Amino acid sequence: MPVFHRLTPFGPETGITLSTEKISASAEQQKTSREPGSVGIVVPREHTFREPLALACGRVLNEYTLVYETYGTLNADKSNAVLICHALSGHHHAAGYHNESDKRPGWWDNYIGPGKPIDTDHFFVVSLNNLGGCHGSTGPASTNPETGRPWGPDFPRLRVRDWVHSQARLADLLGIGQWAAVIGGSLGGMQAMRWSLEYPERLRHCVVIASAMKLSAQNIAFNETARQAITSDPDFCHGRYLEQDKLPRRGLAVARMIGHITYLSDDGLGKKFGRELRSGTFNLGAEEEVEFQVQSYLRYQGDSFSGSFDPNTYILMTRALDYFDLAREYGDDPVAAFSHARCRFMLLSFTSDWRFAPERSREIADALMHANVPVSYAEIESSMGHDAFLLPNNRYRRAFDAYMKRVAAECAEGVAP
Amino acid sequence: MMRIDLDVIQNWIAPQSRVLDLGCGDGTLLEQLGRNKQVSGYGLEIDHEQIERCIARGVNVVEQNLDRGLGNFADDSFDTVVMTQALQTLHQPHLVVQEMLRVGRECIITFPNFGQWKARWHLAFSGRMPVSDLLPHEWYDTPNIHFCTFRDFDLLCRERRWTILHRQVVSETRLGKGLKDFLPNLFGETAIYHLTR
Repeated sequence: MPVFHRLTPFGPETGITLSTEKISASAEQQKTSREPGSVGIVVPREHTFREPLALACGRVLNEYTLVYETYGTLNADKSNAVLICHALSGHHHAAGYHNESDKRPGWWDNYIGPGKPIDTDHFFVVSLNNLGGCHGSTGPASTNPETGRPWGPDFPRLRVRDWVHSQARLADLLGIGQWAAVIGGSLGGMQAMRWSLEYPERLRHCVVIASAMKLSAQNIAFNETARQAITSDPDFCHGRYLEQDKLPRRGLAVARMIGHITYLSDDGLGKKFGRELRSGTFNLGAEEEVEFQVQSYLRYQGDSFSGSFDPNTYILMTRALDYFDLAREYGDDPVAAFSHARCRFMLLSFTSDWRFAPERSREIADALMHANVPVSYAEIESSMGHDAFLLPNNRYRRAFDAYMKRVAAECAEGVAP
Repeated sequence: MMRIDLDVIQNWIAPQSRVLDLGCGDGTLLEQLGRNKQVSGYGLEIDHEQIERCIARGVNVVEQNLDRGLGNFADDSFDTVVMTQALQTLHQPHLVVQEMLRVGRECIITFPNFGQWKARWHLAFSGRMPVSDLLPHEWYDTPNIHFCTFRDFDLLCRERRWTILHRQVVSETRLGKGLKDFLPNLFGETAIYHLTR
């Protein structure tokens, strides 16, 4: 079987959930689609949009497919819709299970479902795989209709705003004029903020979790190192690996390992692995090679990711992260940028997150306050680094829940703030 | 029930103005100001449960430690900066008031008056640090680390050349209500200052 058949579409059970998997493995194993807090079995849907989409890079996508899931029920006045924007390696499968034998639920199942902060008893939740993704939406692994071959490196370089515009088309398709809330963590938070500026009338609340108005040089450096790992793999073939029946698995695995290290914290890795050995000893005369637990963990994560994610998509997504600069077109003034927003904001950050540090969220809060835009901000204690936004955490859950309950109450009352 | 100092404060805040509330607690004041006077603003708070209460009632609350200053706020960015019952918890209260007057055109500060007769009585006759309903902590675990009296604060204002627009004390007890206007430092339970630069 040629490689690209195995790869297209990439299995949605993987991606961002990798990082949560080991940490909460025992809890995850007990979950089922019938548990009270689960949205149950969900079926992804897809739609092909035939109206051309003009991209920020100047190119045009004549047609594209978006795959998405929805949870909950849209109310009569269509006021209870919530959009979930995914992060770097995320996808449309945010909650619930695809079938009874599914081992793991969607990547944000901790926070989406009946009685959870994004409460599907109150909200109609829409979660999509972004354009350029590799889980069913049009991306570098899809066939370019003009050539009949995979897009590969010729797929247009996307920006966050392109995702926002394509998400707006999806909203139109679903008959949603205004979101009750647009919610995202990390790169997803960037999309949520861009929504508030591109379509200020189309959302009432913007929830931005562990995000930033732009990446720091250090962040770009990590992303570049990850990209170099992929592109320097001989099997990368200048991005045309699918046509050559190859896959730069080693490069992508290293890229994912770099990501993993930086998305966790020193403290978090220390607590989880310490210097525990998986095999070998330091005893005199021992022949077996010494292997630390953290080594084998990273290799496992890298290997499983590299079999289920498209390297070109990884490059595209990290570039979109690097390029994002909320205020670039507003004279580099975040206050001027946010003065266009008409929604209310909720910001959350995590103390040990050093890639999207609390300072970045405070900068957002400061800019919003200067622009006189309603905002609340909570800094959540966690040792889990950037990954904390996906993981169970009591205070995170309570603050998120308190905010979303207000949003739900507004939907029920039919009031716009 | 509305705390009595919050009632007084509302009279000094103009409708539709912009307010920053330092140590906003559960957001009661901002909620009332928003409802009664269409005031917009933000509360700063560090207590997790209070932050959740603010969020739950739809009050804008930002997690921020006042001891780290107000450097993130521009000069004159608010009409009024309020701080109720938090002065005594700060490491450097005088610097925070200075900052309040930079960030806001006016500021309103309320604090427990340590000169009140009950506190004096307690210290004088039991020889121990006062513990009351308003200040229920023991000396070693109290968040209140900088006590002052109505008169002390007056002196600070004079020293720093802050202009006092209004000052008054309030009391919940009948005795205090009767006598607070004659002997505010002795009968006022809570001191309220309205300052400008």
